[in-house]
Amino acid sequence: MKIFIDAVGLAAPGLSSWTEALPVLRGEQAYEAQELDRYKPEQLPANERRRATDLVRMAFRVCEDLLRDNPVSIRRCAAVFASSGGDYPIIDQICKALCEPERLVSPTQFHNSVHNSAAGYWSIATGSRAPSTSISAFDDTFAAGLLEAASLCAIEQLPTILAVYDIKPPEPLQSKRPITLDFGVAFLLSPVESTRSLAQLTLTPAALAAGTPAQVEALEAMRLSNPAARSLPLLELIARRQAGQLLLDANNNPTTIVEVTPCP
Amino acid sequence: MISGSMTPLAITDYTLTTCLGAGRAANWDKIERGETGLKPCDFFDISDLSTWIGEVAGVDQQALPASLAAYNCRNNRLAWLALQQDGFLDNAVRAIESYGADRVGVFIGTSTSGIHQTELAYLAARNQLPDWYHYRSTHNVFSVADFVQQALGARGPCIAISTACSSSAKVFASAYRAMATGLCDAAIVGGVDSLCLTTLYGFHSLQLVSPDKCKPFDRERSGISIGEAGGFALLEKTEDARLMLLGYGESGDAYHMSSPHPEGEGALQAMQTALAKAGLASDSIDYINLHGTGTMANDAAESKAVAQLFGERTWASSTKGWTGHTLGAAGIVEAAFGLLSITHNLVPASLHLQQPDPDMHIALPRAAVQQPVRKVLSNSFGFGGSNCSLVLGERV
Repeated sequence: MKIFIDAVGLAAPGLSSWTEALPVLRGEQAYEAQELDRYKPEQLPANERRRATDLVRMAFRVCEDLLRDNPVSIRRCAAVFASSGGDYPIIDQICKALCEPERLVSPTQFHNSVHNSAAGYWSIATGSRAPSTSISAFDDTFAAGLLEAASLCAIEQLPTILAVYDIKPPEPLQSKRPITLDFGVAFLLSPVESTRSLAQLTLTPAALAAGTPAQVEALEAMRLSNPAARSLPLLELIARRQAGQLLLDANNNPTTIVEVTPCP
Repeated sequence: MISGSMTPLAITDYTLTTCLGAGRAANWDKIERGETGLKPCDFFDISDLSTWIGEVAGVDQQALPASLAAYNCRNNRLAWLALQQDGFLDNAVRAIESYGADRVGVFIGTSTSGIHQTELAYLAARNQLPDWYHYRSTHNVFSVADFVQQALGARGPCIAISTACSSSAKVFASAYRAMATGLCDAAIVGGVDSLCLTTLYGFHSLQLVSPDKCKPFDRERSGISIGEAGGFALLEKTEDARLMLLGYGESGDAYHMSSPHPEGEGALQAMQTALAKAGLASDSIDYINLHGTGTMANDAAESKAVAQLFGERTWASSTKGWTGHTLGAAGIVEAAFGLLSITHNLVPASLHLQQPDPDMHIALPRAAVQQPVRKVLSNSFGFGGSNCSLVLGERV
């Protein structure tokens, strides 16, 4: 399956946007960990913004970063939102509320608890009625999300946003799901090449094999500490405008061979 | 907006387990008799919610295969119970052997997966969760897809789709695309959602839970009854099957997180796209299985959209009066009812409908209708404005 990547959005400690991260991903500047600020989604109406959780803010942050220099018709874009665990802080709050005698779950907490909360807010913010889906494949979430979005893009012939993100669970969930840093990434996929295209991807399933590590040594630990950060080796190739082949390993899915060809 | 047509996919086997019973025959028997599976809420230790639920019998007596013991939670026990009905497990395993494990994908819809296990863990020790609690294999959204894949021995693409109440309708669209792009040659699709405190108290907080058995489309409807269910279907590229997936349509409402678009614009777009994918005009549809949750807002919006496309020409009913709203499993359960309707040439009644809302200009049957049923449209609409319609039936 062949698709084109037209734009990228990124947010992780020390990699606060795609543009800011480029020198680090290219190996030109040393990586320095720095916590992300709380993000204010630009496209959300004030009322919805007030209710947006940290997870929804992360999804908006990477989608809005991707759109920053790309005047695409967002209402036409399909979307795939992929998160391994969804909104851990909200799940924690609801489960704590259910331990109290009154069991008072707030309506806002409840509608924020659905796995497709970011997709819902995104559709409200952008006015897009194009199809969107929300998925998880646990630690395979990046590879599975890429395949889901590429299939949607190729079969429906629609520009497709893929957003992959996970945030740190609070304790006591953190000890059962040890994701140690926040990471979000977004790609704008297109079925056809254009002047905006950054790279062509060819995706092929393969037998189980080890995943390709990050080229920047300091980012390899990050790659393994959040399912969305499995995207780092691909981000490095795109940032370096480098042709290459990488493997996305998985537990429940076939390994995916990703062949990256920079666009002129 | 999605355009273009699709190549129909054969549905070579399917099964469902709801509060009506385990398997197709037990479910259809209750549909024919007009007997609901709903009962006053007695789930877990709940004593302060005055509502009705659709609980599947025997879930807690299910023993998972020993190698999958870590997956033990209510949701996966329900998945295991549902997999074993109608010979589905054996047929799926046979298909996996014939195609090769890595050529068969697994696409499972769920809204809350095994969240009840986390609720139990917090109730037991909310500061440091107990050793018996395994987040990954029970609560995580993907756990049920992981469980089904391992229980069947498939090794192809595997995802959980979680778009609230449209989850297990959208699995058909994802599986179709994965098969069309060559990621797999066959797919097991399904949906499993089980009762839990989060949804019972959560929908209660939104004032969407009915104190009575749900009465979709009635002028005195007062909300949903929450149910649980599991169901699965086997999709193949075979051309000679009678039951096929002919079309799918997905859309967003772009309106509100927990209320549908009041004019049903997103719903209309999903239905139009599904018909376009199938290459069918609306008058080819013999029966519409409505989302029909029983809330004021959902039924009003859905009836407007259906009236625009079908008027009062096509029988349209909600089967949630029988099963309750099975949330992430509603898509597969109602697809299965659509397929059963074709097999039995029977349009189910809209159960508990006494006085149809006079503002609804659609053909709601108060009693079952025996007539030829060749093509069915099934609607599933979820929180966040996530809509999916399916067209099922004989090849065009």
